[in-house]
Amino acid sequence: MSAITRDEVAHLARLSRLALNEDELDHLAAQLDEIISAVAKVQQAAEGDIPPSSHALPLANVYRPDEARPGLTPDQALDAAPAVEDQRFRVPQILGEEE
Amino acid sequence: MGNELIRMSAAELGSAIAAGQASAVEAAQAYLDRIEAVEGSVNAFLHVDRETTLAQARAVDARRAAGEELGPLAGVPVAHKDVFTTTDMPTTAASRILQDYRPPYDATVTARLREAGLVVLGKTNMDEFAMGSSTENSAFGPTRNPWDTSRVPGGSSGGSSAAVAAFEAPLATGTDTGGSIRQPAAVCGLVGAKPTYGGSSRYGLIAFASSLDTPGPFARNVLDAALLHEAFSGHDPHDSTSIDAPVPAVAEAARRADVAGLRVGVVKQFSGEGYQPGVLQRFQESVDLLESMGAKVVEVSCPSFDTALAAYYLIAPSECSSNLARFDAMRYGLRSGDDGTRSAEEVMALTRAEGFGPEVKRRIILGTYALSSGYYDAYYGSAQQVRTLIKRDFEAAFDNVDVLVSPTAPTTAFPLGERTDDPMAMYLADLCTIPTNLAGNAALSVPCGLAPEDGLPVGLQVMAPALADDRAYRVGAAVEAALRERSGSDFLSGSPYAV
Repeated sequence: MSAITRDEVAHLARLSRLALNEDELDHLAAQLDEIISAVAKVQQAAEGDIPPSSHALPLANVYRPDEARPGLTPDQALDAAPAVEDQRFRVPQILGEEE
Repeated sequence: MGNELIRMSAAELGSAIAAGQASAVEAAQAYLDRIEAVEGSVNAFLHVDRETTLAQARAVDARRAAGEELGPLAGVPVAHKDVFTTTDMPTTAASRILQDYRPPYDATVTARLREAGLVVLGKTNMDEFAMGSSTENSAFGPTRNPWDTSRVPGGSSGGSSAAVAAFEAPLATGTDTGGSIRQPAAVCGLVGAKPTYGGSSRYGLIAFASSLDTPGPFARNVLDAALLHEAFSGHDPHDSTSIDAPVPAVAEAARRADVAGLRVGVVKQFSGEGYQPGVLQRFQESVDLLESMGAKVVEVSCPSFDTALAAYYLIAPSECSSNLARFDAMRYGLRSGDDGTRSAEEVMALTRAEGFGPEVKRRIILGTYALSSGYYDAYYGSAQQVRTLIKRDFEAAFDNVDVLVSPTAPTTAFPLGERTDDPMAMYLADLCTIPTNLAGNAALSVPCGLAPEDGLPVGLQVMAPALADDRAYRVGAAVEAALRERSGSDFLSGSPYAV
């Protein structure tokens, strides 16, 4: 049995906002099946009561004083934007006509 | 005079410039000429801009003329991996989604080296978003290994390793998430170090896997790597994972280069099937060499290291799938398909499909899968538990030894194209380097000879506890000095691109 199906890959592509074509879906499904079968060995190694590590360091949140500091100017922030209007990022429509 | 400047180590070049025997402008000119001469066959750089570089060099010469106290590398050129933001040069992470992007601020690594007076030669090629082990995943064409241009320079920092190995730069920066400095250093015959996680700042580094990404140095010898390491390291309030502790004295350790009485552990898991015989032979010779210099060598077993690669290929893609969500075609970078009829979501999906290459897509999908409800515990959760086991294995090992050693990579540089459509084969290149990233400690790769079967460089990996980076430099420098004494010359003098 395969670890991951082509339909699952198509669903994951939608979730990750990647418009993949049919060839990419076929190719990726086969490769991901192989990769996931190989990495599944973590499940045997992790048997038992082992705490997870999300990070290398024992970290706590770091805060700075809540003081205003210089940041980017509007021109700097907008400099690399694909589209700009009235000192704002111009984006495609996010709501349908009827909303 | 050009070749004479290029032949010097970075330390020697810095001293010559400080003594007034050469200027920063002359050094920059020599390297820019060298880049022009060999870049056609190496393709190490994505961006070189002669005028910007010479202007920086003139500014450093002016600072010195004005009496400013400058560091040991002032006036020495450096090449930056194109993953560090630079305000005066494009920053693309070798991705079409960031083609021609100019960031509004400098990375801490970039800014600190600018302040220390280093002169930027350009931005180097890499695997797209640092995902890969060969630099073939660049959207802008592969880089070639100067030892054999039909082979890869390693990756993901392969542009940086090739540039230094081809004498196009004396120093280069890179990032190491699963071995992306040490492996290219090994296959190009260079010194490359992965500092302790948190020892070098990630601010302004385009993120791949934030709990693993570590900036580090490439150089032609251990002391040069140590000087670069010291020049950009240290606490940075802009990075919340930056460690507020003194930088380990790596340059002093590189000068000391002595291993008498040091306890060295050979990792049992990193040998046998899948390892090139010539790599194992040179590795064993360097272990014997360490013993002959007074180190105490023992074998150490780290059973969890057998599962490190699997854990890494769940953790790194998971973090990448989250980090790369920021490329949404709205605020910067590529935007495709915005014809007035499509929604923001459709434009995002089209842009990301066009802007990302195959390996990046593969990892985003893999990470999204590992983090999805129903699979999270089985995959991402288990991988995090393996991460704990790896940390425990390192801790147990460092109770008994001062450093661990292994080959840096299982094979020498492989031919271009050999592994591009076999991701699992490509991932094996990082087999020996990944545990250090998962645990966050320090490691360094130093050349330890040429494999007899193909005449290509082999790297020795030295792993040290967190914040004990100096031990890795000490061992690396001792091996380097012994091999130099044996052969009577520097390692890279055997390269076809030696000057």
